[in-house]
Amino acid sequence: MSPNSNSGGLTLNGLERQVVSRMKSGSNRYFVVVLIFGLLMLAGSIAGLMATVGGHHVYYNVNRELAWGVLISTYVYFVVTSTGLCLVSSIGHIFGVESFMPLAKRAVFLAIVTLCAGFFVICAEIKVPIRMMLYNIISPNLTSNIWWMGTLYGVALAVMILEFIFLYTNKVKLAVICGFTAAVGEIAANSNLAGVFGLLNGRDFWHGAFLPIFFIGSAVMTGAAALIFFHVLAYRVNHEIMDDPMLRAMQGCRKVAILGICIVSFFTIWRMVSLVAGEPSGAYLGAMAMIKGSYAFSFWVFEIGFALVLPLILYIRSQGTNLRMMLVASTLMIIGLFFMRYNMVIVGQAIPVYYSLGVNGSKELIKYFPSYLEILVTLGGFGLTGFLFLLGEKVFGGHKMDAHH
Amino acid sequence: MKKQLLDLDKSHNEGVENISAEERRNFLKMGLTLTGVFASGTLFSLVGSAQKVFASDAAFVEKYPYKPHYSMMVHVDRCIDCERCKKACAMTNDVPDYGFRTNILEREVPNAIGVKTEFIPVLCNHCNLSQCTRVCPTKATYKNPSNGIVMMDTTKCIGCLSCQMACPYNARYFHEEKMAVDKCSFCWESRLSKGEKLTACAEACPAGARIFGDLSNPKDQVYKKVHQIEKTVWVLRPEAGTKPNVFYTRG
Repeated sequence: MSPNSNSGGLTLNGLERQVVSRMKSGSNRYFVVVLIFGLLMLAGSIAGLMATVGGHHVYYNVNRELAWGVLISTYVYFVVTSTGLCLVSSIGHIFGVESFMPLAKRAVFLAIVTLCAGFFVICAEIKVPIRMMLYNIISPNLTSNIWWMGTLYGVALAVMILEFIFLYTNKVKLAVICGFTAAVGEIAANSNLAGVFGLLNGRDFWHGAFLPIFFIGSAVMTGAAALIFFHVLAYRVNHEIMDDPMLRAMQGCRKVAILGICIVSFFTIWRMVSLVAGEPSGAYLGAMAMIKGSYAFSFWVFEIGFALVLPLILYIRSQGTNLRMMLVASTLMIIGLFFMRYNMVIVGQAIPVYYSLGVNGSKELIKYFPSYLEILVTLGGFGLTGFLFLLGEKVFGGHKMDAHH
Repeated sequence: MKKQLLDLDKSHNEGVENISAEERRNFLKMGLTLTGVFASGTLFSLVGSAQKVFASDAAFVEKYPYKPHYSMMVHVDRCIDCERCKKACAMTNDVPDYGFRTNILEREVPNAIGVKTEFIPVLCNHCNLSQCTRVCPTKATYKNPSNGIVMMDTTKCIGCLSCQMACPYNARYFHEEKMAVDKCSFCWESRLSKGEKLTACAEACPAGARIFGDLSNPKDQVYKKVHQIEKTVWVLRPEAGTKPNVFYTRG
C-alpha cells in the first residue's frame, strides 16, 4: 500500500498535517494538563510494575482475607462507566433517538478509553498477567464469571474500536451493527462482573441477584453523568459553544441521569433495609459499618451525598440549561460513584468469613486502607483517562458529528 | 379381593439378633421421622444432625461421588492448639511463613460453664460443590476426578484471587515463590500419591484431633464417625452450601 493511498479522500500526509495542526491549536494550559495526566499515567505504570515484580504483598495493603483492594474497585468503576457510556450513547446511534445522536463519536471513544483504564488498573492487580493472556484462551472455565467478564469486555473493546473506525469512515450500517454488538457485550460483561461478587454464597454482603440488576442501573446513571462531564469539558477545551443539537443531547443525558439516580436510590434504600432488617449474619455487620461505622463517611458523604442526593438536586435545578450546574453535578457523581464501588468491594470482604463462628480475630471488620502504590495505580487509571480524552479531543477534532448522523 | 389380616397373636417372634445394624438404623430413623423429631432440627435430634452432615440430599448419602472419597473428621475438644499440625503441614508442603494451609481458630466463651476456650482446626474442606473451582477463570484449581481433592495447577494460576474470594473457609493464600495460589491438598503431592495413608497434620496430631480417611469406605473410621447417630456431627458454615468434606464432632 502506498503511503499516499486514499482514506476517505484524504492522503496520509494530509491527515498527518491535519492532526499536527489540531494539536498545535492547543493552549499552553491544555498541554500542561495533558502533561500532568501523562505523568500520572506513567507514575501509575511504574507503581504497578514495581508491585508486580516486587510482590503485591510487599507493596499493596491487601491480605489473604481482604485480597481485593482499591484496584479492583477502581477497575469496577472504570468498566461500569464504560458500559454506561456505551448504553446511553446507544439510545441515539442504535435506537435512533434523535437528541442523543450527537453523542455517538465521543461516547464510543470515551467508552474505549474508560475500558482501557479499567484494563490498565486490573493489570496491576492480577498477580501474573502474562499467564492470563495465555490460559484465558487455552484453558477457559465457562462456569467462571471472571472468565466471561474478561472475555466479553475484551470482545466489546475490539468491537467498539471497529465501531469508532466505522463512525469516522462514514460506514453507518457497519457502525450500527458494531454498536449494537458492543452494547450487548457490555451489558453481558457488566452483569457478569456483578456476578463475580453476587454468586458467592459464602459472602453474605454480596450474595444474591441484587448486584447484577443494580450494576446495570448504576451503569446507566454513571454513563449519563460521564457524558455530561466530558462533553461540557470538551467544549471548554476546544473553546467552543455548544450548538442546539448538542444542548438537546445534554438535556437528554440529564433526564437519563435523573432517572438513573432515582432507580439507584430506590435500589440502595431497599438494599440497606434488607441488610438491616432481620440482621442477616455477616451482611448486617457490613451494613452497620456503612450506616454508622468506619465506612459511614464514605457512605453518607460520597455514596449518598455526592453520587445521589446533591446531583439530583443540581440536575433538577439546572433545568437542563445551566451547563455549569450540570458539570458540578456530574463531577460530584463521578467522585461519589468511585466511593460507591469502593464501599461495595471493600466492605463485602471486610466481613471475616468465620464471623458467624465468633472466633478470635473474626469478630470485627478487617481493616484496610490503600497503600501509596495502590493509590498511585488508581491515579494512573484516571491519568490514562484524562490523557487519552484530551488527546482525542485534538486528534479527532472535537469528535464532530457528520451531517447525515 | 379380601385382604388377609395379620394375626399377631399367632405370628412367630423372629427375635432381634438377626436384624442387621443398617435395618435397626433405618427403623430408628423412620420412627424419629414419624414422631417429628427428625424434622425438629439439630438441637433435639441427633439423627437430624447426622443427616445434615452428609450435607446433601438422600441420593448423596447412598453414594459418594469419589472413590476414595477423602475426608477428615475433626474432634474439636481434643485439639489443644499445640500447632504441631501446622508445623508438619508447613514442612511437608513448603508453606512459607506468611501463609498457611491449615490453621487453628480459637473461640473464647468467658461465661461458659466448665471449659471456656475451644480450638477449631480449619483447612480446605475439599467441598463437593467447591466455589473456588467454579470461579477460577483458567481451571487452575479443579476437583481431582478420582478422589475429590481440590487441586492446584500452578502453571495456570493468573493470580486473580477470585478463588480466595469464593472460599468460605479462608483456606487459600498466594504463594509468592510459586507465583500461584496455594492450598491444602490433603498432602496429595507430598504423601498420598506416594503411598502414605495419612496427611501430615493428621499424623502429627498427638491428640488424635484430626482423623483422615475415606468417606466411601464403610470400614473406614471417618465413615463410621460420620454415619453414627450417637454424637452430633457438623460442618462449618453450612449456609455457604458448598457440601464440605471436613466434619466436626466432640468426644
